[in-house]
Amino acid sequence: MLTIKNLQAKVEEKDILKGLSLDVKPGEIHAIMGPNGAGKSTLGNVLSGREGYTVTGGEVLFNGKNILELDAEERAREGLFLAFQYPVEIPGVSNLEFLKASMDAIRLHRGEEAMDSMTFLKLAREKCKAVNLDQNFLKRGVNEGFSGGEKKRNEILQMMMLEPKLCILDETDSGLDIDALQVVAEGVNSQRSPDRSFIIVTHYQRLLDYIVPDFVHVLADGKIVKSGGKELALELEEKGYSWIENGEA
Amino acid sequence: MTEVAPLVTSETVNVKKIDFSRDALAFVKTQAHDAGLSEVRESGYAAFESLPFPTRKTEEWKYTSLHALTQQDYNQAAQNFDLEDASDLYVIEDLDAYRLVFVNGVFVEELSDSISQAGIELTTFSQANDKQRDLIAEYIGNIAETRRNLFTALNNAAVEEGVLLHVSKNIQLEKPLQIVHIVSQQEQASTAFGRCLLVLESLAEATVIEQFVSTNESQNLLLNQTTEIKIGDGAKLNHYRLHTEDETSLHFGGVYVDLNRDSQFESYQVALGGKIKRFDVLVNHNQAGSHCEMKGVYLPKNDQHVDIHSYIEHISANCTTDETYRGIMADRSKAVFNGRIHIHPDAQKSYANLSNKNLLLSNKAQINSKPELEIYADDVRCAHGVTVAQLDDKACFYLQSRGISRPEAEIMLSFAFINELLESIPLEPLRKNLRPLLAQQFSSNQDLTQHILDEDSGVHSEEGAS
Repeated sequence: MLTIKNLQAKVEEKDILKGLSLDVKPGEIHAIMGPNGAGKSTLGNVLSGREGYTVTGGEVLFNGKNILELDAEERAREGLFLAFQYPVEIPGVSNLEFLKASMDAIRLHRGEEAMDSMTFLKLAREKCKAVNLDQNFLKRGVNEGFSGGEKKRNEILQMMMLEPKLCILDETDSGLDIDALQVVAEGVNSQRSPDRSFIIVTHYQRLLDYIVPDFVHVLADGKIVKSGGKELALELEEKGYSWIENGEA
Repeated sequence: MTEVAPLVTSETVNVKKIDFSRDALAFVKTQAHDAGLSEVRESGYAAFESLPFPTRKTEEWKYTSLHALTQQDYNQAAQNFDLEDASDLYVIEDLDAYRLVFVNGVFVEELSDSISQAGIELTTFSQANDKQRDLIAEYIGNIAETRRNLFTALNNAAVEEGVLLHVSKNIQLEKPLQIVHIVSQQEQASTAFGRCLLVLESLAEATVIEQFVSTNESQNLLLNQTTEIKIGDGAKLNHYRLHTEDETSLHFGGVYVDLNRDSQFESYQVALGGKIKRFDVLVNHNQAGSHCEMKGVYLPKNDQHVDIHSYIEHISANCTTDETYRGIMADRSKAVFNGRIHIHPDAQKSYANLSNKNLLLSNKAQINSKPELEIYADDVRCAHGVTVAQLDDKACFYLQSRGISRPEAEIMLSFAFINELLESIPLEPLRKNLRPLLAQQFSSNQDLTQHILDEDSGVHSEEGAS
């Protein structure tokens, strides 16, 4: 599904990723944990093609394609989805209009016909219910005036609508109360399938109680410094990141 | 009742800087006009004569060059336009309105409705009866102000044909009044004048749409149009001024409003750019408790120019003003927005708010925005804010990260910038007709505008997701 080899990237002349490698197979859930400034969010931004992040070395193959050569929208159409840590508010563009434009673009790329309005609307309402958002949110501006939890649920709603192959959740749990966390986790779990993979970037072990990962990686100073099973997360929670950074492990 | 003013030798108005005044006035004298209009014509003539021709050093015209005007001679406009296709230019689908149509400044009866509603006087100046002529004489020229705008002075001097709407006390105009001004290409550069007089007596209500369109060809007619509005005690006017002419059009306009006690003036203005397009809106809060709400969008592109000056005079106490203008400038276009709010010494407890937000879509586009607050009373609440920005990269990336192409993302975000104002237009058919028209300004490629126009999926949809 996704193969990252020795990825190096910088932001404004500052090296952030310093040789990161990761292999994600279909259906797997990988959690990436690490201290502040380790490069966790940079990884998501680089993979999704955000401007301002310069790849200086290494390669990223997504289903065999070198995605570093693709624009952000092309990566999304190939099936890559980033749930943002801080989803942006876009007044004046309705959630529905945004979702329809997005779905149409992705379906067109897959060679499918555009979904008719009625089917689309029905689906959007269904997914709204699944993430416990009132249907009125569909008419509102994208994330406009949404609470932190509502924004995150809106990200999951989009993920459900777009049915990507690889979902990267960038600290989706940050700022969520326990109820919202459960809604988000249920949304993710409902989307698990043998051909869909997840990379879950998080600070805390808490989210991993609800979304159980197959692998846990520790990202520190731009590299994966330790990998293990789900029990690694518990160990980190107990001992802190310094345990690994100090080379005690 | 009609008399012909003394003729001068040349029928051409040679609009050159040096002899602009002389030639324009000579032109005025060639017109046949109604005797009832003599007074306003004469005072307009005098005002025009005394005003200097604006240059770059004239504060009110600092960013709008009149150079293009001085490049040619102007003739009186001819009506050379095929009327059969005219309705395509102005019909607002599903809008049930009384309609009056002018082509190149001339009233066209066969395209217009004749209206009879009790308590309503609605006529062209040329067809006015005695009672209506008295009304015209009573109000004309008394609301418009000439000292800031040479072209309003010229309009006074040249006034001949126009529209009178008089709504009697407690009467509601049953349908919106749609006044259409069509201009078409002339053999030679030409000029035409328009005039509108709207008088609402106490507790009267009306909706009036002033619509400016052109044929789809290069334009060389300068339309000078002045509107005077008097809103009586507790009366309410919904006013629209829609400029969607060709990008080569030339327009000078003025809207002058007098507000009586507890009256309301709500105005929505839409302006695409032109070769030179300038209009002034002046609102006088003459008596306590009046309310003015103005919303405007301007969307110049290519090499177009648009200039809006608004002047709000808070003369009496307890009046409110809420003013919101948004502009999107593309390519090499230029816009000027000047918003002045003047709180006079007696205007205690005034509330006035002015917001002007601008979006520049290109490095070569320009906006000159100047809010002015002048306050001489001490117990008031006033605020103004101006922003100039480019498209938000973060928002653009967000849309792209969901598979939406960069060009479509840019169009969605640009349209979003004015969407809120469009949505606030209370007249639904107008709102629905404006959306595609304005979306087209951002791209003629329908694939890129289809989602912002999808009626089922917008913030604009009433039913939407309910």
